[in-house]
Amino acid sequence: MGSLSLGQLQHLWWLLVSVVGALFIFLTFVQGGQTLIFSVARSEDEKTLVINSLGKKWELTFTTLVLFGGALFAAFPLFYATSFGGAYWVWILILFTFILQAVSYEYRKKPKNFLGSVTYELFLFINGSIGIILIGAAIGTFFTGSSFSLSDYNLVTWQNPLRGLEAAFNPFNLAFGLFLMFVARILGALYLHNNIDQPAIRERTKKAAFNNLVFSLPFLLYILFSLVTMNGFAVDPENGKVFLESGKYLHNLLAMPIHGLGFLLAGLLLVIFGVVITRFKNSHKGIWPTGLGVVLVVLAVLFIAGYNNTAFYPSSYDLQSSLTIANASSSHYTLTAMSYIAISIPFILAYIIYVWHLLDKRKLTEADAATEKY
Amino acid sequence: MGHIDLAQVDWARAQFALTAMYHWIFVPLTLGLSILVAFFETIYYKTGKEEWKKITRFWMTLFAINFAIGVATGIIMEFEFGTNWSNYSWMVGDIFGAPLAAEGLFAFFLETTFFAVMFFGWDRVSKKFHLLSTWLVAIGTNLSALWILVANAWMQHPVGMFFNPDTARFEMKSFWEILGSPVAVSHFVHTTSSGFLLAALFVVSISSWFLLKKRHQEMAKKSIAVAAVFGVIAASFVGLTGDESAYTAAQVQPMKLAAMEGLYQGGYNADMVAIGIPNPAKKPGDMQNEFKAVVKVPAVLSILANRKIGSFVPGIDDLVFGNRKQGIISAAEKIEAGKRAIASLAIYKTARKKGQDGVAAGALKDFRENQHYLGYGYFAKAEDLVPNVPLVFYSFHIMVALGTLFPVIFIGFLLFLYKKNLAQQKWFLRFGCWSLFLGYLAQQSGWIVAEVGRQPWAIQDLLPVFVARSNLTTGTVQTTFFMFALVFVVLLIAEVSIMLKQIKIGLEGE
Repeated sequence: MGSLSLGQLQHLWWLLVSVVGALFIFLTFVQGGQTLIFSVARSEDEKTLVINSLGKKWELTFTTLVLFGGALFAAFPLFYATSFGGAYWVWILILFTFILQAVSYEYRKKPKNFLGSVTYELFLFINGSIGIILIGAAIGTFFTGSSFSLSDYNLVTWQNPLRGLEAAFNPFNLAFGLFLMFVARILGALYLHNNIDQPAIRERTKKAAFNNLVFSLPFLLYILFSLVTMNGFAVDPENGKVFLESGKYLHNLLAMPIHGLGFLLAGLLLVIFGVVITRFKNSHKGIWPTGLGVVLVVLAVLFIAGYNNTAFYPSSYDLQSSLTIANASSSHYTLTAMSYIAISIPFILAYIIYVWHLLDKRKLTEADAATEKY
Repeated sequence: MGHIDLAQVDWARAQFALTAMYHWIFVPLTLGLSILVAFFETIYYKTGKEEWKKITRFWMTLFAINFAIGVATGIIMEFEFGTNWSNYSWMVGDIFGAPLAAEGLFAFFLETTFFAVMFFGWDRVSKKFHLLSTWLVAIGTNLSALWILVANAWMQHPVGMFFNPDTARFEMKSFWEILGSPVAVSHFVHTTSSGFLLAALFVVSISSWFLLKKRHQEMAKKSIAVAAVFGVIAASFVGLTGDESAYTAAQVQPMKLAAMEGLYQGGYNADMVAIGIPNPAKKPGDMQNEFKAVVKVPAVLSILANRKIGSFVPGIDDLVFGNRKQGIISAAEKIEAGKRAIASLAIYKTARKKGQDGVAAGALKDFRENQHYLGYGYFAKAEDLVPNVPLVFYSFHIMVALGTLFPVIFIGFLLFLYKKNLAQQKWFLRFGCWSLFLGYLAQQSGWIVAEVGRQPWAIQDLLPVFVARSNLTTGTVQTTFFMFALVFVVLLIAEVSIMLKQIKIGLEGE
């Protein structure tokens, strides 16, 4: 590993960050599930089942988000500095929805919890809806750009007084956010469908997964159409200059027939497949193909944003301030050291999967409602 | 650097202090209680007695209530480096990001994954695997402390790095040097053992309340026995590493040590202050008294600071105005050198742009000669380099006094337990109840010493906090400060209210 060039390490770390990002989006089934509490659970016992089912997993999603932040900080510190310090409000609001989430599972049903159960359920709903929409809008700016400039010392000045919230007013970014929320709801419904062995809930989650897929389609089509037709932020590999290229993201998809176009199409088909076998074939395992599909789609999206001489965090205000995986990365030494650390990832994934399997071997049933934790 | 809005910097500092101090209400308890719960469960596993399972589950419930807010506030800390200290994130991200990523990877997943087993696994996994999970949560929480304290220690004593003039940032040179820094080691042991101590106080305090209320008396005594022994051991580690922390501060942050002791005029055979009231009007270099009232222990500070009897300990005046005899250069000279470093860096960058290699090489040479004082170049006055002395002084002395008291409390409890008359010691039990608050006071004081004591630096000698900031307006940071304050207050009320109720409910089925 010590022999990798800086360029190779930057590509490797964009891959690793993308994998963590893709796993995070898969794990937002927790957030999606949180927005479904009121519709798939009708009685207090059903609600308890749903919340306990999600409650076993919420910290995994949360930790993956923290790792995503940490990995970006370590591998692409200029992105961390530029986006977090620049698009201040959008990140602060995302953060707030996650603070609310972190206490809600634990406190919702505890006596004397000061705010009442419904408030904590509302917190979970806010995290699953507003939180995810804002994350989607922030990812949308990878393609639409933001208005910032960097000084000679790489210090950021944000040019829009809304400090990042302006992202949510761009139709592409907003569509991206809403699409992500529907995806989270599809995943949430499929996860609950798999995890809770109770006929009424299974019937409702089955329908919810399908309905949310239908709702998501117009947004998906709009995003895909925009993505292949829009101007993209290309980088000249010779001199590092950033310029607008029409159809850049389409070119990127085609330039990466397997991990670009291939992942995107295979991913979308898998997402639909998982929902369809749940809705029409009475399968309880739809979460797996759909989950894998979501991972593939997110990977394709992040690959076309960062690879093939593309600026992944472009500035529409000053093109030359745009961030690329080359100019935003850590040093050769740090990326190498971090790569050694990253060797642990398969081991960590292995114990997470093992424990997940242990805890989910026996599905939640009505009998569990009385004894569960949350 | 352009115009710097100092009011904005102060609000950003206030916001960071608020989140850090709030976060630190919950974290030390998590560090220690995770281990105590693992002890309780180990006893249950070994003896197979149901009462130990009940004890384990009772403390585990309280652990989870506390843990939730720790998690919630932890994510704020991480992201605030980016949101409120974005220049910092860029300038040292190459070094600082790695321990944060390692923390997520090595520690948080361990905590999270096995936390789920701890609470959902009682009837889904074997007894042995459950015990293992509880221990892994304890190890995970303390591992996360390791990584974040390595990161913090690096800010106090930057090692294993160099300044890259082309990227205008600090870059990592040796990962191992950062991990093995003496400041990191003493920081880690001091902080985690203080967390163990707090958790021991927590268990002792709540158990004392049960004894006073004549409820769960057997459980309370058993809990106290385990916690007090743990507390005595933790307290001795806190003491030993506290001494080590003071020593490393003297070596690498002499200004912090001087502020801790309120020492203006340095000297040989320096005295240590046992108790004192610093004179708040005292300024560096003036003729006023350092203290309004003071009791000193002769010559001890020299031993503490340098581990050498009679050695010289510099005071604030020596550090500000220099002391030729001791080879200490004045702050004014350091500021001068820092300004040269900044200026030659600017010349270097312009020359590189224009392709004037000769000019660039000369400027770089000049920069290298002055780079150790880079951070000083941003200051106008030498006095700006002195932290808030009374605050650091009081915090340090409160921490030390309480650190001396805690082992006495634990030994007292063990003694009464041994004599089998603990339940009759009403006054002592009442004191035991309230001692928890002293624990929290000591925790907060410790961090005030560490963080206020190193002001005005974000990175010691290299990066002042006002340069580390994000380019935000004062109003923006003010707004988020009050948003955080409001949420924190509401969540604290909820947490305390739930915690008290759960304590009142007591053990399951009794």
